[in-house]
Amino acid sequence: MSGPRRVRSVTSMIRIDSLTQRYGDLAAVDDVSFTAFPGRVTGFLGPNGAGKSTTLRVLTGLARPTAGRATVLGHRYTDLPNPGLDVGVLLDASAQHGGRTGRETLALAQRTMGLPAIRVDEMLDLVGLTWAEGKRRVRDYSLGMRQRLGIATALMGDPRVLVLDEPANGLDPAGIRWMRDLLRGFADDGGTVLLSSHLLSEIEMVADDIVMIGRGRIVASGATAELLAGVGTLVRSDDGARLAAALTTAGFQATVRPDGAVATDADPADAGLVAFRAGLPVTELRSADGHGLEDMFLELTAADQREDSPARHAGLTDGASA
Amino acid sequence: MSTPALDTRAVAPRLATGRPPIPLARLVDVEVRKLVDTRASRWLLASVPLLTLVVVTGVTLWGRDAEVTFGMHTTTNMMPLELLLPLVAVLSVASEWSQRSALTTFALVPRRGRVVAAKAAALLVVTLAATLTVVVLSAIGTVAAAQVRGIEAVWDLPLDLGLRLAVANVLVVAFGFGVGVAIRSTAPAMVAYLGFMFVVPMISSVVAGLWTWWAENGAWWDLSWSASFVTAPEITGEQWAQVATSALLWIVVPTTLAVRRLLQVEIR
Repeated sequence: MSGPRRVRSVTSMIRIDSLTQRYGDLAAVDDVSFTAFPGRVTGFLGPNGAGKSTTLRVLTGLARPTAGRATVLGHRYTDLPNPGLDVGVLLDASAQHGGRTGRETLALAQRTMGLPAIRVDEMLDLVGLTWAEGKRRVRDYSLGMRQRLGIATALMGDPRVLVLDEPANGLDPAGIRWMRDLLRGFADDGGTVLLSSHLLSEIEMVADDIVMIGRGRIVASGATAELLAGVGTLVRSDDGARLAAALTTAGFQATVRPDGAVATDADPADAGLVAFRAGLPVTELRSADGHGLEDMFLELTAADQREDSPARHAGLTDGASA
Repeated sequence: MSTPALDTRAVAPRLATGRPPIPLARLVDVEVRKLVDTRASRWLLASVPLLTLVVVTGVTLWGRDAEVTFGMHTTTNMMPLELLLPLVAVLSVASEWSQRSALTTFALVPRRGRVVAAKAAALLVVTLAATLTVVVLSAIGTVAAAQVRGIEAVWDLPLDLGLRLAVANVLVVAFGFGVGVAIRSTAPAMVAYLGFMFVVPMISSVVAGLWTWWAENGAWWDLSWSASFVTAPEITGEQWAQVATSALLWIVVPTTLAVRRLLQVEIR
């Protein structure tokens, strides 16, 4: 993992180290390791039940791992003296006391962290909840409003690290855009963001790095750009078989797809040159971008999908088609 | 996101470990606030002075002159408190799980023992405050009732009985707290608590009727039985010892085990 903007500072990031969490015979998280770097948004991607939430609960001290270790800013979360000032956490927006008002919910967090009372109003403003909405009980909030309230709680202590589990759930398109801009701004200011989602489209748009998890194991990780670029070129000619053979002879990998197009790991310029030298007229030549990650996501999680409930399946299809 | 605070961060990175820990007093303050900031808890607590008012009015209007005394008022008015305060205690712990606000609570304060201690302290504060409130309201009621009836106000509450009323309230609240910590789900915890309040004394008295050993020694084991000694006009040393053993059995041991469990469980 390397990148020009990446700062390798042990004390200012999230590090998950050989983490395993077992429930009886089931390994919900199985030897998971990854790092979330400052200045970057790290997307934690996987189908429901893949182990994302369990990992985040261990990271934030709400669960004890069977083995391995999770640190944030170089410390175990439970060793942070006042963690709200260092790490903003939103694990489940629906997990808020319905009988309290939004404002009261924030006031409790503000008092716990020992912050001035003005932070409550500042945070309501920041997340776009009106004064009247702040006075309403959380029971009467939509999921989108609860997400905003949860984000307000997470940001209140002005932390350097954000840990968010499915923060886009329940947000309308404008809300999703708002969330994306907020996370981008947070990372651009040098903060570390780790957000989980089962929706590839969400992660793809905001994450600099992606960690993909399936059945408790990391199945892929790296910079989003690299994962996207890794899928090569699509080139089409009248005779796909000859084109593939020419590319193979030239030292590239090439396969003929069912629709006749040839997928190869050569870059577009090389693929075009090979076709030209072989005397094959090219009818289409482009990077196989965008959908590559989606294909990979579906492929990597295919085994899980088949055994998943219809609801989970719907969630995945959602992500793939969005 | 261009607040001054963010600029400060860029200039001088803050050290996570250099911070002062969250003082326990602040956590107690937060937990007291949690006891009164929801509609459910507010009604529970508001019903204490309301019921006191109703009882005082009733005794004043329809009671016999002999009943219109400070001691009678106070002991009568303590009864609703003894029933309601433990429900507040049950809720204070169980609702964190039923409403799942525990997720935020323990993310902000990962040292769970401190949250549990703060909750216990907050309940103690609220219990003593509510007890004092009832005593004061009873005193006002005594004066008012005497005025209305044109009789002399009778101040017949010995100090030791007054203190024992407070002890009795702390005992039931501690039991309610233990039930909340052990069961961690509002409805079942409520049922368990009410079951203890009403079913255990019933079973105990039936057993006492059939088995003379229990009739003579049951108070060493049955907290609902021994707790009744605490609010009696007189209490012996042996009865205090019975309060101690049954409290150990019903409050100290189960609560200790339940707290140890709470410190370990995964918060979902």
